[in-house]
Amino acid sequence: MRTLRGWGKRLRAWFADENRDRDLGEELESVIQMHTDEYLSAGMTRDEARRRALIEVGGVEQVRQAARDGRGFPWLEGLARDFKYALRTLLRTPGFSLVAIAVMAIGIGASVALFTVVRSVLLRPLPFPHSERLVAIYSQRDRSKPDALGDYNSSGDFYDWQKASHRYEQMAIWRWSGYNMSGTGGELPEFLNAGTCSWNLFATLGANPALGRFFNEDDDHAGAGRVVVLSWSFFQRRFNGDPATLGKTVRLNSQDYTVIGVLPPGFQYPNPKIQLWVPWQVGESQITVSSHYIHIAHVVARLKAGASPSAALQELSAVQYGLYIRLRGPGPMEQGVIAIPLLEDIVGNVKKPLYVLLAAVVCLLLIACLNLSNLLVARSAARRREMAIRSALGSRRLSLVRQQLTESVLICLSGGALGLLLAAGATEWLIRHWTELPRGHDVRPDGLAVGFSLGITLLAGVLAGLLPAISSTGGTILTGLQEGSRGIGGSVGRASLRKALLTAEVGLTVVLLIAAGLLFKSFLRLRAVDLGCTTKNVLTFNYFLRGDQYSKPEQIAGFDTQLLERVRHLPGVQAAGLTNVVPGDGYYGNYEVWIPEHPAEAPGEHHFVAFRTADPGYFSAMGIPILRGRSFSDDERLEHDKFVIINQELVRQYFPGEDPLGKHLRVQWRTPQGENYEIIGVIANTPYEPGKPAVSMMWFPILSGIPGNSGDSVLVVRSGKDVASLALPIQKLIASLDANLPVKNVLTMEQIVGESTANSSFSATLVLSFAGISLLLATVGLYGVLTYLVTQRTGEIGIRMALGAKRERVLRLVLIDGLRPALLGLVLGIAASVGVTRLIGSVLYGTTPLDASVFLSVIATLLVSATGACLLPAWRAARIDPMCALRAE
Amino acid sequence: MGNRNEVWLGTLALMVLRTLATMGPQHGYGLARRIEQISGDRLSVNYGTLYPALLKLEQDGSIRSEWGISDTNRRAKFYKLTAAGRKHLERETRDWHETTAILARFLAPAREA
Repeated sequence: MRTLRGWGKRLRAWFADENRDRDLGEELESVIQMHTDEYLSAGMTRDEARRRALIEVGGVEQVRQAARDGRGFPWLEGLARDFKYALRTLLRTPGFSLVAIAVMAIGIGASVALFTVVRSVLLRPLPFPHSERLVAIYSQRDRSKPDALGDYNSSGDFYDWQKASHRYEQMAIWRWSGYNMSGTGGELPEFLNAGTCSWNLFATLGANPALGRFFNEDDDHAGAGRVVVLSWSFFQRRFNGDPATLGKTVRLNSQDYTVIGVLPPGFQYPNPKIQLWVPWQVGESQITVSSHYIHIAHVVARLKAGASPSAALQELSAVQYGLYIRLRGPGPMEQGVIAIPLLEDIVGNVKKPLYVLLAAVVCLLLIACLNLSNLLVARSAARRREMAIRSALGSRRLSLVRQQLTESVLICLSGGALGLLLAAGATEWLIRHWTELPRGHDVRPDGLAVGFSLGITLLAGVLAGLLPAISSTGGTILTGLQEGSRGIGGSVGRASLRKALLTAEVGLTVVLLIAAGLLFKSFLRLRAVDLGCTTKNVLTFNYFLRGDQYSKPEQIAGFDTQLLERVRHLPGVQAAGLTNVVPGDGYYGNYEVWIPEHPAEAPGEHHFVAFRTADPGYFSAMGIPILRGRSFSDDERLEHDKFVIINQELVRQYFPGEDPLGKHLRVQWRTPQGENYEIIGVIANTPYEPGKPAVSMMWFPILSGIPGNSGDSVLVVRSGKDVASLALPIQKLIASLDANLPVKNVLTMEQIVGESTANSSFSATLVLSFAGISLLLATVGLYGVLTYLVTQRTGEIGIRMALGAKRERVLRLVLIDGLRPALLGLVLGIAASVGVTRLIGSVLYGTTPLDASVFLSVIATLLVSATGACLLPAWRAARIDPMCALRAE
Repeated sequence: MGNRNEVWLGTLALMVLRTLATMGPQHGYGLARRIEQISGDRLSVNYGTLYPALLKLEQDGSIRSEWGISDTNRRAKFYKLTAAGRKHLERETRDWHETTAILARFLAPAREA
């Protein structure tokens, strides 16, 4: 209570400062009078009495100041004074201040942007109630390999899990799907990414409908009425957010579905691409729903409150092992399950790249701090005399340090404010361009991000300011005063501090450069990866033949044949072909294969081969070399389709030392019983993703027209020149064949490769630009230090020259002086890199963490920039005219 | 004057309160003189220390000040103990006695056990 009242008085006192000051002045005057009276009565003269009284009271101003300090908020006033002073100093040297602020703005801006992304994507919980209890469940092929990546789940297994496990509150299954939506009122047809999910998926996640209702158990049956739930963004885009859409029907794959509900805007699971959801048993075939052998689905589960995740997992794994024992044999069964926290499942892929970027950015910020520190040391050296005078006049060291700190904090605060703007822009840019970033829509600055930015700003200010402040205020006053008068050989300590800072800066830069070099090299390797096919001037079109109109093989094969025929006659088209996936565009799917000519496999042994489709002209259109045998012929279509083309990898794995031609693969391609397909050709390997090892693949004739298997088509068109100009004519051509058929992803092969390497392109480009900025900062730092040293040593150099030193000798002297810290930094940086690059080993491709060419080019780059930075000041030193130099002092 | 001790920080407030309690309202000059006098001229009071102390006591509510006329017919500011100040003094005096008693035990010449 007392302190509170005291504060109140202090506050009032602060405002009534002038009044109180006057009051105190009067009071002191009266005290002086009384002293004077006393001395007068002791018989002194009036002047002498007054003089003695003044001495006794001890300086009116000092007493006033002492009283003032006790009265208001001296530290606050001190701060305001420091602030004013710092501002004035900064404004006096606008060039220095602007550079310093810009440097800090870049460092802080980049850090805040990256932290915002890391926080939003990796750290913030998913937007579902008790999201920590949500797990993604995957199947485990081999219980003895607990660390292997999980497989997708089969629907048959899932329904058994649901019945037998007790520690999960709910469990739901889903998979990616897609629908052609026909336009009703003159709108364009479009292909929609969709999901099929068990009725309880939304309840498991804990979402509530924004409009209408979600599925219930009765909707999720094979013969149930067709219903659909829309995503919020699709509802807004296609239906203008009109609530009357509820209860209306939409045509998907030429069937009517009733809209029963709309998801809330924040619902973006598994990512925002899914536009609508259809019940699992309605959207999937009977066989997919009941089979234990078709592993294609995701499973999400919610743990019961208080249930132990490991106990729940053990229970589920035991259930699965029971199924494995009971059902293995006729088809592939998984031995167990693994569970991954749902957040980890969604963002696990980008964890490493994001942390690498964050580390790079923190490195950059550190370098920016060191640079600012360096600049400030230079200035504080120039102001050493001022500091000495001020401390001679009675300033305490603490207040001098505080005053210099205020300056660096002020720079960092301005830099931070600018950096925040920069960060807002950078975050925006990052999200827009990094399309593969999961939860990108969730990225927004929150309290923590703002706190983080404020924190690092202040920290940067203190870090950058503390060293120069302490170094310039220490030592005896006298040296400071003397030093200014004759600068020869002085401030050795200061110079060595600057060199140490420089060494650290160069070291960090080297680490960044090497990391960036490695990432960039792997990115280049990825970009340049040989897809085993032509990528120049090839355009691809995606379409999906679904619904009543394409329910018979003749209809599908008929459409494809007509389309190819017309496209091949289009002017400018050199070749055209059809497949389901082009090289580099993903894994797609696989089938189990048996080789009738080989002895039967041991029970439990299963072989899987990725499958593709192709028309007779596809391989030559894509320039994929046929190594042995031939491509399909025109009459190998519809029922006459028992032919297959395989790749080299399949030969290597299953036909070592054998001639595969004429042998057979048995695949359940057309029927669940499976048929034998004759191998008619072997082609070169084409990776399914740039940088991934080759896997066994087989191609079936797309013109067999099996609904479901042959309906997914990619039309590839090769042209002699500018293939993009063919996009419109071909789309028109497709529309003329079927006005309701949507065409998706009209992309060149180069764009497809670009998309699949987008992630590594991102980290590589960003880290490289950070490294570039760091190199620039280090170079500028080096140049600054050396210029300063030369200025300091002008007198000394003058004397040396007057005594006969040659210009070359001076040049060498200064050059070596500057290069020494750079070289030391280089060595330290390389030593650190050897440890650090091991951490990013797993994200590298086609290069090793100790790639000699990267290390060498970094060393060369650094040496060149360092020499460049040192050469100018050294040259200037060598041009010094001894007479001028000696007179200048 | 040179060989007199400076007043220790913190004890000045107690001296001021005690002086005001025994002598009644005083002005700054009087207070300084009284304290020096009571100490047997072994202390010297510096105005740069006295005024901040007075100000702090006033802010705490232990003393009040008003302008008046001194014995020598000079206009002067008089400081007066408040009720809160009296309590403050009692408590501080008690604490002080306790502290000195404890210290005395420590500093007493060691006795044979």
